[in-house]
Amino acid sequence: MILKGRAFRFGNDVDTDAIIPARYLSTSDPDVLKKHCMEDADPAFPDRVEPGDIIVAGKNFGCGSSREHAPIAIKASGVSCVIAASFARIFFRNSFNMGLPIFESDEASAAISEGDTVEVDADSGVIRDLTTGKVFQARPIPGFMQELIEDGGLMEHIRKRGGI
Amino acid sequence: MGRTIAEKILAAHTQTKSFQPGDIIKVDVDVALANDITAPIAIRAVRQSGVEKIAHADKVVFVLDHFTPNKDIASANQCRYVRDFALQQEIEKFFDGGEAGVEHALLPEKGLVLPGDLIIGADSHTCTYGALGAFATGVGSTDLAAAMMTGQAWIKVPPTMKFIFEGELLPWVGGKDLILYLIGKIGVDGALYRVMEIEGPAVSALELSDRLSMSNMAIEAGAKAGIIAADGKTEAYVKPRAKRPYTVYASDKDARYESVTVFDCAGIEPQVAFPHLPENAKGISEAGDVKIDQVVIGSCTNGRIEDLRIAARILKGKKVSKGLRCLILPATPEVYSRALGEGLIDIFLQAGSIIGPPTCGPCLGGHMGILAKGERALATTNRNFVGRMGDPASEVYLSGPAVAAASAVTGKISAPQEVMS
Ligand code: SF4
Repeated sequence: MILKGRAFRFGNDVDTDAIIPARYLSTSDPDVLKKHCMEDADPAFPDRVEPGDIIVAGKNFGCGSSREHAPIAIKASGVSCVIAASFARIFFRNSFNMGLPIFESDEASAAISEGDTVEVDADSGVIRDLTTGKVFQARPIPGFMQELIEDGGLMEHIRKRGGI
Repeated sequence: MGRTIAEKILAAHTQTKSFQPGDIIKVDVDVALANDITAPIAIRAVRQSGVEKIAHADKVVFVLDHFTPNKDIASANQCRYVRDFALQQEIEKFFDGGEAGVEHALLPEKGLVLPGDLIIGADSHTCTYGALGAFATGVGSTDLAAAMMTGQAWIKVPPTMKFIFEGELLPWVGGKDLILYLIGKIGVDGALYRVMEIEGPAVSALELSDRLSMSNMAIEAGAKAGIIAADGKTEAYVKPRAKRPYTVYASDKDARYESVTVFDCAGIEPQVAFPHLPENAKGISEAGDVKIDQVVIGSCTNGRIEDLRIAARILKGKKVSKGLRCLILPATPEVYSRALGEGLIDIFLQAGSIIGPPTCGPCLGGHMGILAKGERALATTNRNFVGRMGDPASEVYLSGPAVAAASAVTGKISAPQEVMS
């Protein structure tokens, strides 16, 4: 699968309160959550983001709470994938469990600029910055987690295979 | 090759014969926890899967503690959704209304989490129970849905980092100060994907409440779990509460650690974490002149009876600074009741504090103490991210109960010694 869109850049340690502030957690409706996605980090984000766009961040993206509202909000706002130098662990597992593609690459995280057009081959993990022509390779994804992506998330995985 | 506590607990809960850090294994869980914010997504996933009756209701614990007492119609609907499911599925460990308290204070108190357990919770501070010698880790709602249906979870086996606290604590220093100091040293991703094993003479000397504060904040260093081996004090705490057998594990002498770090408590004064990350910890003597508008004493980090006793020692016979709101939220009904019985609530009221119900409330900017633009709070909670307690342009500072209470009296971030002669 090829994912393609404009890059929205964020810094290190973007926490789940920045991705979706707790004041909106009285719902888990994706259509409501997407209106507030990333708003404490970039108030213009919910209006500017378009289907396919890509979040590019530094280290420890998604740290903080375990709220699945964070990947739900990102997915619902049309973001096709997140590229970061590293991910906080609960955000990491939530993304695979829910089928939000995420990629770890120090080089891509450092080199891609705001607004660049980026293309990711989700199967091979090859990241291309089409604006600068630079190419990066994301860290490989463990086998079990590839299975989760192929099955379409953890619940589908359980349904298909009769257990985890 | 010896094994760590974490590896022993994982081995006791998996069919996989041998595993290495980095391997993904399937584990049987003893407890699967969720709250009023995370349970609805898990319940929806269960309902969508078409399962009528979940197979593992006996492992499930639901606590309605975040936006309760219901802060608005939407949160009331959320709680009701969880309540209906809990009744329908006959989930016995369901805590609602006057039985509810902040989950990570409530579960140890009720004896629902025990040494040697493998616990998952759809709440990042599930790592709190590591202080009882358990493997406890935060997961997402979908993981919780899977656990309700299968009794299992997938875990990437983490390497373990060891942290040793030597020496004796300085006056007014507690578990919260040690963990803030540690996070200040290694950073908010300093233990990413790792287990933190915390030990040493200073930790052995700590009571359970202080140890729970320490394990609580392991996630603030990115860790998967923060484990303190169970000892005599742990057993004295859990034995009268436990309703099922438990196992005490210790790490082998030749266990493999990714790193071993030693801290000397002689150099650790009461800590304050500055906005907007827990890693911005400073000793109180370096805090400078920081005026504050609100103090919050409560939460799963420091809302236990021991914390309230410390706050009461400082607030007794004094007044909260004019113009400052001092909110005190006992973490559970039992803590509240004991605080009443010991006369602490009266001390707080006389000092001009506001007493709240056992709820997460302001800790996550839910309700009951939200900050206006530009306001500053000093809280005994665990996170000081942008907008955590209200307006995105407000600030949260973190400390233990002693510094929080002293600062409520002076109106600025202050050492306890400033108000206690
Ligand atoms: S008290 Fe705060 S950190 Fe603890 S469970 Fe509640 S919201 Fe989370």
